[in-house]
Amino acid sequence: MKYVDEFRDGAVARGLAAAIAAELQPDRRYSFMEFCGGHTHAIARYGVAELLPPQVRMIHGPGCPVCVLPIGRIDQAIQMALDQGAIVATYGDTMRVPASQSLSLMKAKARGADIRMVYSAADALKLARQNPQREVVFFAIGFETTTPPTALALRQAAREDLPNFSVLCCHVLTPSAITHILESAEVRQYGTVPIDGFVGPAHVSIIIGSGPYEHFAEEYRKPVVIAGFEPLDVMQAVLMLVRQVNQGRAVVENEFTRAVTREGNLAAQAAVAEVFELRERFEWRGLGEVPYSALKIRPAYARFDAELRFGLGYTPVPDHKKCECGAILRGVKRPTDCTLFGTVCTPENPMGSCMVSSEGACAAHYSYGRFRDIPVVSVPA
Amino acid sequence: MSVKPNYIRPIDFKHGRVDMNHGAGGRAGAQLIEELFARAFDNPALRQGDDGAALDMPAGHRLVMATDGHVISPLEFPGGDIGCLSVHGTLNDVAMMGAQPLYLAASFILEEGFALAELKRIVESMAAAARDAGVPIVTGDTKVVERGKGDGVFIATTGVGALPAGRRIGGAQARAGDVVLLSGSIGEHGVAVLSQRESLEFETAIVSDTAALHGLVAQLLAAVPEGAVHTLRDPTRGGLATTLNEIARQCGAGMLLHEADIPVQPQVEAACELLGLDPLYIANEGKLVAIVAPEHAAAALAALQAHPLGRAATRIGVVQEDPHGFVQMCTRFGGRRVVDWLSGEPLPRIC
Ligand code: SF4
Repeated sequence: MKYVDEFRDGAVARGLAAAIAAELQPDRRYSFMEFCGGHTHAIARYGVAELLPPQVRMIHGPGCPVCVLPIGRIDQAIQMALDQGAIVATYGDTMRVPASQSLSLMKAKARGADIRMVYSAADALKLARQNPQREVVFFAIGFETTTPPTALALRQAAREDLPNFSVLCCHVLTPSAITHILESAEVRQYGTVPIDGFVGPAHVSIIIGSGPYEHFAEEYRKPVVIAGFEPLDVMQAVLMLVRQVNQGRAVVENEFTRAVTREGNLAAQAAVAEVFELRERFEWRGLGEVPYSALKIRPAYARFDAELRFGLGYTPVPDHKKCECGAILRGVKRPTDCTLFGTVCTPENPMGSCMVSSEGACAAHYSYGRFRDIPVVSVPA
Repeated sequence: MSVKPNYIRPIDFKHGRVDMNHGAGGRAGAQLIEELFARAFDNPALRQGDDGAALDMPAGHRLVMATDGHVISPLEFPGGDIGCLSVHGTLNDVAMMGAQPLYLAASFILEEGFALAELKRIVESMAAAARDAGVPIVTGDTKVVERGKGDGVFIATTGVGALPAGRRIGGAQARAGDVVLLSGSIGEHGVAVLSQRESLEFETAIVSDTAALHGLVAQLLAAVPEGAVHTLRDPTRGGLATTLNEIARQCGAGMLLHEADIPVQPQVEAACELLGLDPLYIANEGKLVAIVAPEHAAAALAALQAHPLGRAATRIGVVQEDPHGFVQMCTRFGGRRVVDWLSGEPLPRIC
């Protein structure tokens, strides 16, 4: 585990913090959005925010796949399991996301729905082979990271001509969501988004490469630094962003060269392109409908499309009226600006998307950082 | 003519399975008890064969009692099984009160169709654990449920122990300034069990740390003056994080921990990293947290380290005044964060 320790070295972190502080221009503030939940989690779990100078503010973006999954989609999965008797296979942390009627996949399971936790799309295929008498649906969620395995599972299902396997495809795309944050109609409603640059996704970029962010950096004049999920990666990325801002540059830089290339993983991209196509509209929890931001299954694989197979309709379900997720995900507000934070809305009982997974902005602040809101007497240990 | 004592054919422990007869209260059940449980757990109280056990208690002591239900999948895992776990878990609950565990009772709920060979292995492991701990299983019960209504075996155990009259050890006794000690590295039990879960099987050298801790407790209590140890707790389900939050709530104070001082074995760290889990929330079955008055902390730590089960003991933090009861941690990285209660079951994250 030496590998990991190197990226969590406290002395190096303090050195980086000093370097960042030294480069800041005294009269300005720096706001950077980390898109990925993995970064949000690292920042909160390792206390990175404490090490950054107060002039630097990190804004937590919508990059947690569980958080942005709209309630209506979970309702669909529950409906297939509870009303249509299918086995629904899904990734673990999806089980807890609240759905309509105070349900969740976990609660539906307690009511008799056959819901299985799997660790990969391939496990879902295995379930279908083991249960030939039952319909097995893989509830596929996630960004570009989890999409290729779903594509491979669909290809394999077609090759085997598996009659009882299908996929409820809720895969979403990172670049379109970032664009949406900067230019959607809501931006006017919420006010100017004070974002000076982006910490780009780690795992997502391993697949899609750093290329897709180039046009974005150019068009919106926002620097992007792709960074790994270790806390030192994040700090290094912040330093690189500060430098770009100071120099008036806006390009894509890659801090995560140990895993990310410009082209990404071409084989994975080809598999995805073969099986999926763009969806015109897809609702994101907390962001609303985002055009061309998600994938659906191509007609050639239609027989494995759970939406068609089970005749599922989609009904959007709004978050709590007072939920401020939309503004939080866009960087306009902080979790503590929401009146529901920590009282009505907690990780046990989330009202909005940001509280759903530990990678959401509200949950991360609640779980790891809320002591900062309250002065606490502390004796040095 | 030699008369056979009875005409019952011995149980086929190699190929046999639990069936509904074993729970019907008739001959088959009696035979299972006699040939398996009574033989494995053998001791004078159990030998009486009555519905309860009449037991002696040392004079001048208070009775401590703890009970625990055990449901675990898989039933056997690297380093242990549900049998020894059901002994250790309950003994430790008694020991964490500062009491000497004296007797155990065990109740089995068996599922129809369960292989007798596996049951025998589990019961024998349980017997060995009780023997090693020096605590007899003096009474028990067996029931059988229909196939599909159980998970093979459920075991509920109850333990009683003797607590010296004046001793007060508990979560509410901790106070600001106290030192928090941990007896060893965390997360091994949870990772060992996870590594065997269907669809998750991964190779690991990690074995469960399941162990009876009353010897370690006795050594600790002997090394410091009476009253110096304020709280003892074994961080089982919910892990170290949840245990410390429980204590913080009980005593109405906060805690400040140092991540760098909390031992985690590299393989546990690696497995958690892979699954997106935090070792602070992973179950332990052979570790304890001791909260001790600061002036006796060094002696207490030395006593823990002098015992085989506490060799890797460390001082992980302090109790501090904080009306909100936050458990805070200085991260290895140099930042600070809250170590919160676990919300729900720890579930692997997807990306
Ligand atoms: S605290 Fe809850 S309701 Fe408020 S913005 Fe966050 S997730 Fe939404």
